[in-house]
Amino acid sequence: MIVFDQVSKRYEGGYTALAGVGFEIERGELVVLSGHSGAGKSTLLKLIPVLERPTSGVVRIGGQDVSSLPKRAIPYLRRNLGLIMQESRLLFDRNVFDNVMLPLVITGHPPRDAARRAAAALEHVGLRGRDREMPAGLSGGEQQRVAIARAIVNKPSILIADEPTAHLDTDYAREIAALFASFREAGVTVLVSTHDEALFAADRPRRLVLRKGQLIEGGVVQEVAA
Amino acid sequence: MTHWLYLHLRAIAHAVRRLAGQPLGTLLSALVVGIALSLPAGGLLLLDNVAGMARGLSGTPEISLFLELDAGEAEVAAIERRLKDEAALASYRFVPRDEALAQLERSGLGDVLGGLTGNPLPHAFVATPASEDPAMFERLAAEMQTWPRVAHVQLDSAWVKRLHALLELGRSAVLMLAGLLGLALVIVTFNTIRLQILTQRQEIEVSRLLGATDRFIRRPFYWFGGLQGLLGGGVALGTVWLGVRALAQPVAALAESYGAVFAITGPGPQESLAVLAFAAFLGWLGAAISVRRHLAGG
Repeated sequence: MIVFDQVSKRYEGGYTALAGVGFEIERGELVVLSGHSGAGKSTLLKLIPVLERPTSGVVRIGGQDVSSLPKRAIPYLRRNLGLIMQESRLLFDRNVFDNVMLPLVITGHPPRDAARRAAAALEHVGLRGRDREMPAGLSGGEQQRVAIARAIVNKPSILIADEPTAHLDTDYAREIAALFASFREAGVTVLVSTHDEALFAADRPRRLVLRKGQLIEGGVVQEVAA
Repeated sequence: MTHWLYLHLRAIAHAVRRLAGQPLGTLLSALVVGIALSLPAGGLLLLDNVAGMARGLSGTPEISLFLELDAGEAEVAAIERRLKDEAALASYRFVPRDEALAQLERSGLGDVLGGLTGNPLPHAFVATPASEDPAMFERLAAEMQTWPRVAHVQLDSAWVKRLHALLELGRSAVLMLAGLLGLALVIVTFNTIRLQILTQRQEIEVSRLLGATDRFIRRPFYWFGGLQGLLGGGVALGTVWLGVRALAQPVAALAESYGAVFAITGPGPQESLAVLAFAAFLGWLGAAISVRRHLAGG
């Protein structure tokens, strides 16, 4: 589903964020990407939706080489991915429902169908009934759940999440982690970067560990006491 | 097609929301665009009215055909047939030589004619061309000169040429003004859209992240620029209309003092539509340049 083949990323100025990274992720896997700050987690995740391009190597999504994807084709790739960032990146001048509707508006879904799907996505993240509220009135965890609802509303086959629990307290973070596990059960491939692997331990995800731009470990995460 | 229409309707709604969301800014922009556009629009309207007034004061331009002195009725009829068939003429009238003589006597030149034994004046036709184009005038005159039994063709076009030259000069000046002000309007819209892009930066970035194409992101800005231009065009029309209303009475009084009847008119539906379309186009152009400049990449 996701293949990194000897991928390196060097920024202008000479800083190497990734060096010869290679791994494969199968359909329906839950993969936790960990490592210290500056290890290259965010850079790795940005290569999948082509927010960045590798300096060398190949990134394949569903068999398609996305590292050399033409610019005009990138939006169509992103429509098949669910992206969740560290900050919720919601639009604060729109209510919860309109935020969740945005990907469906972009893809031109008929309004009635879009509204039904947005309502279902909000239901999935436990925010049914809060759809007319403005994001500023929600807690950090609720905002992140809205962002997740927005990411899954298009029914993507892959979910990419960059530190989605970074600014949340433990209870909220657990709720979010449980949501990701539920997506795997629905057959979605989930790649999530985190500082706190323990949150996902119960779901026995596959583990990728980065250090200074190099993949040093891949396997099943060990049980860690919460 | 339905999807395309839906996306445009959504973009229009988005642009309208943005315009309505900042009423003061929208009003000021519309006033800037409108006042600037009202100058060339009013200028062109004034030129059209001046052209109409000049026609009213100076009479209709004419071509006079003088036949040979001994031209008979059959030859007069042949010339008349030719005039009748000439599509470039609006009308013509025949002036028999006796009537011409009578007119000359009535004009106070009877004494001059007293010494002559007969009527020295020929039969004549006075023709009115369908247009005021001087080139067409000259072509017609040259052609008539070749007709049999036509002794002389007198072209009454000198004043038409002067009028055309003056009107052309005026039009060129107004068009130049329109060009300069149009450029200013493009710059105003360019800047407005630049600010819009800055304030919507987060929305643009999020939309890109969610798979929005460049066209999807740009579309509301194009509509915003076009609608802002359209509002400005409306203000320009309103300004011109108020100007016409304010000038109508003094101009009518001035014309009356010269013994003429003249009423300043306009702008008509066609001119109004042209002003609105031009304003909307300028707004769209400013938006297109700004979007191209500020939304590149991503």
